[in-house]
Amino acid sequence: MREYEKTGVLTKKELPSPSKKHLEKGAAILECIQEIPCNPCVDSCPVHAISMKDINAPPVTDFDKCIACTKCVGICPGLAIFVVKVKGDKAWITLPYEFIPVPKVGDTVKAVDRTGMIRGDALVTRVVKSGKTMVITIQVDSSLAMDVRHIWVKP
Amino acid sequence: MRVNGVPNVRTCIAPLKEGISVEMQDKLGELPNATFTEKPKKKITVNVLVIGAGPAGLSAAIESATHGATVLVVDENQVVGGQLVKQTHKFFGSKQERAGTRGIDIAKELEQQVLALQKKSKLRLMTDATVIGCYESTRKFRFGVVERCDYQNRLYEVLTDTAIIACGAMENMLLFPGNDLPGVYGAGAVQTLMNVYGVKPGDRVLMVGAGNVGLIVAYQLLQAGIKVDRVVEAAPTIGGYHVHAAKLRRCGVPIQTSHSIKEVYGDKTVEGAVIVELDAQWKPIPNTEEDIKCDTICLAVGLTPSTRLLSQIGVNLEFIPEAGGYVALHDDSMQTSVKGVYVAGDASGIEEASTAMIEGKIAGLAAAMTLGKTRDRKLLEHYRRELECLRAGPFGEKPRIAKQKITKLVEARHARV
Repeated sequence: MREYEKTGVLTKKELPSPSKKHLEKGAAILECIQEIPCNPCVDSCPVHAISMKDINAPPVTDFDKCIACTKCVGICPGLAIFVVKVKGDKAWITLPYEFIPVPKVGDTVKAVDRTGMIRGDALVTRVVKSGKTMVITIQVDSSLAMDVRHIWVKP
Repeated sequence: MRVNGVPNVRTCIAPLKEGISVEMQDKLGELPNATFTEKPKKKITVNVLVIGAGPAGLSAAIESATHGATVLVVDENQVVGGQLVKQTHKFFGSKQERAGTRGIDIAKELEQQVLALQKKSKLRLMTDATVIGCYESTRKFRFGVVERCDYQNRLYEVLTDTAIIACGAMENMLLFPGNDLPGVYGAGAVQTLMNVYGVKPGDRVLMVGAGNVGLIVAYQLLQAGIKVDRVVEAAPTIGGYHVHAAKLRRCGVPIQTSHSIKEVYGDKTVEGAVIVELDAQWKPIPNTEEDIKCDTICLAVGLTPSTRLLSQIGVNLEFIPEAGGYVALHDDSMQTSVKGVYVAGDASGIEEASTAMIEGKIAGLAAAMTLGKTRDRKLLEHYRRELECLRAGPFGEKPRIAKQKITKLVEARHARV
């Protein structure tokens, strides 16, 4: 039994680990490690950076190809794709969001990690609609780049 | 519940109307003699009768009708789509199965296709109607169908060459003290209230079961602004997809595996629940009880295929745990032991909407082939391969085992004959 099967939270060793160079360029982090029959992310990628051996295999990102366009973020039915970009002491995380109220660009929201813990403040820098899923980019401290995966907006 | 003096009415799907009388029913009601608006009964003759307008039934109806068969679709709800109408989340799968589309939008697409076929008189859709049984007949199958019209009934005699039974499944209940208190719901009921009727089922929910249904409904409760205290799961691991569990965890909802509900308490409605940790043998561990304050218990502990009509028709049923209970034995064209009677979707074994749609297509196409309307074996093989593909992963293991067992039992019965 793997720990995440009990907790619902992935640990560092199960997560993809893009290099510093890749993170500076921006990388789509696919937090989808189970064999689920699902592949819309593969079709959504304009540069074919996401691949899959067959429909049940977990998807893999080629970080060299990924252009961090964030198209896959709003497509993934499991809301499991995040695009992370790091520059100096700042990081930009693009995540899917399906709650109301929807924050506006310039709002300060709470940055939340995979366990639901508030880890600090985040500045909303972009809000785009993908169907009914909102694709939101936040700016956080670069130390939180691989931990923050959700936001909490004060109603 | 009793409506206008008629007992055993499923009030959750009965239309509310000015002047009707709705009463609580405390024991088995005495059935009144049925009265019908028109006598003699109306007769409908078709090639294919599809029972149930969920993902499987609608797919079957579309497939049969596009291949030239005359089709009647009957569903007891007022809207078509079955469970799809409450699925506000995006579906998994591949492009062909409309991956990334929300269930409610898939229902709309299927409905539009059905209505287009109805416009061309290739198909007839009858909602708010119940198939009451299959009766003796010399040549064709003879079904009784009752259509509700403003709380009056119209009886139809349906004569059909083939029948596709896609009537879905029923939610499982759990046995614990207090499970009859108002506030204890099945997950499907919570979804209907919340996503179809726009009614908040409660303010603070305890979710029981961490399969995909439990995880998805818990997330939808959060989206509706309802607090989910936690999810408890009796098994040692989360049964649903990790990505669904991850969505809940980052919203701050704890998931406790090896935990179950011990009892629910409250004066007139649910006021709280006691949960308990389970050991490796699923036995409660003493002194691990925890009291949770909540007003709603949501049970997502599996489904059982609806087989009552199949049983009345007399098809061979077998108990297959991996399929969720008794299921009709069927071949790879979804045909049961009674020639001309097909099954599809959850009624043939509990699975996903994506596979239900393909099973529906297979049954619909196979029925059209039996009727001599088409000979497209290639298309049939294509659908079978799609189905195999979707079941190939670890999450397809249960239905895969169920279908293998069904195939073996069918072969064994053939060998005996």
